[in-house]
Amino acid sequence: METSLNNSTIFKNGLWDNNTALVQLLGLCPLLAVTGSMINGLGLGIATTFVLVGSNVTVSLIRKHIPKEIRIPIFVMLIASFVTNVQLLMNAFTYELYLVLGIFIPLIVTNCAIIGRAEAFASKNKLLPSFIDGLGQGIGFTFVLMLLGAFREFIGQGTILDGAHLLFGEWAKDLTIHFYITEQKFLLAILPPGAFIGLGLLIAFKNKINS
Amino acid sequence: MANSNDDNKTNSPSMKRSIINNGMILGLFALVSTGLIVVTHLLTKDKIAKEIELSLVRQLTQIVPSENYNNNVYQDCIIVNDHDLLGSKDDQKVYRMRNNGSNFGLMITTVAPDGYSGKINIALAISNEGNILGANILNHQETPGLGDKIERSKSDWLNQFNGLSLKQLDKEEWQVKKDGGQFDGLTGATITPRAVVKAVYKTIQFVESHNKLLFNKASNCSVSKDSILDTSNPEESTNGN
Repeated sequence: METSLNNSTIFKNGLWDNNTALVQLLGLCPLLAVTGSMINGLGLGIATTFVLVGSNVTVSLIRKHIPKEIRIPIFVMLIASFVTNVQLLMNAFTYELYLVLGIFIPLIVTNCAIIGRAEAFASKNKLLPSFIDGLGQGIGFTFVLMLLGAFREFIGQGTILDGAHLLFGEWAKDLTIHFYITEQKFLLAILPPGAFIGLGLLIAFKNKINS
Repeated sequence: MANSNDDNKTNSPSMKRSIINNGMILGLFALVSTGLIVVTHLLTKDKIAKEIELSLVRQLTQIVPSENYNNNVYQDCIIVNDHDLLGSKDDQKVYRMRNNGSNFGLMITTVAPDGYSGKINIALAISNEGNILGANILNHQETPGLGDKIERSKSDWLNQFNGLSLKQLDKEEWQVKKDGGQFDGLTGATITPRAVVKAVYKTIQFVESHNKLLFNKASNCSVSKDSILDTSNPEESTNGN
């Protein structure tokens, strides 16, 4: 059934119609943990997209050699191995980036979105559609992470893009926008409950647009 | 009942075969994926150790201007271990800064074991006379937006340690203001600054009481494979990883 979809539909599904965080409600564990700021959201988004594309491609390549009964443990092993390798390679060759994104990478293993896509899509589809699916789902997830991060950051501490220099280098310090200066931060928004409330609002908003 | 018994009988040889087959395939995948990690680990191990060491030295130059010393700091270092004062059972490192042979100061890595979410790794630079030259946070998992303000890149909270020594402040003053001490806290975070202040205080006590030894002991902890010192004790560096 899914093989009949054309590539742009697959991509659009990932971005909007079947969005990882807003529709499938997958990957909430890392989502809730790190979206305290927009830049954190972007960091996790990039790392997740990368792993998602990689795991989708790998699973799609070997999909014909995996017995049905044991596909899940095999996916788990593949993903864990992939994530660990990415972490080691980043640690060795892009150390500065690793210092910033490093904390997000182990979180990806706990992201059920990745095994979800491996199971629901990549194990049934050819290489190119799987690649596009991974990319679309990843970008859609990144988009939600950034939106939620921006929302919580704005309410919680009155800024947007705080800490951009950690990801982009020194010049990005000027990107930070201060809306208001606050002595006492709005803790509810910064701590995990704020993420639940924010995500709930985002989902409600999406449903409103759709209807 | 009889039916299912029949099924079992007819199925058991083929089921056995499929279990064995699947087990083998699973085992194969486990071998391959673990093997890949082993290969990557072996390939990157030395590079990672080197990067960590390099970044430690970069951190040092961030807090102490490099014109103050002219030795090769990152090969002039020793391993110390003090569970009580340095906050961890793990080995910590002391890098010695010397200027034409005379001692300028040292940088010691230390741990605040009681952060809000686990350990906080700190590097503390202390002069020969016992004054704090600067501090840096190496690693932590404190709450983003609150406790993470201890990072130098996020606020200048750490700077309040600069220039202080054991002589200047009494024991009670080595606490956050909330507890009656001398140090500013962070809005919304109490536990993190408390843990850092405590760790810094304990660490300078450690340095004060071992000052001579820390500067004079022969260097024994360079990580990088290509350094001469390491070959004498390869076992230790692999254990450390």
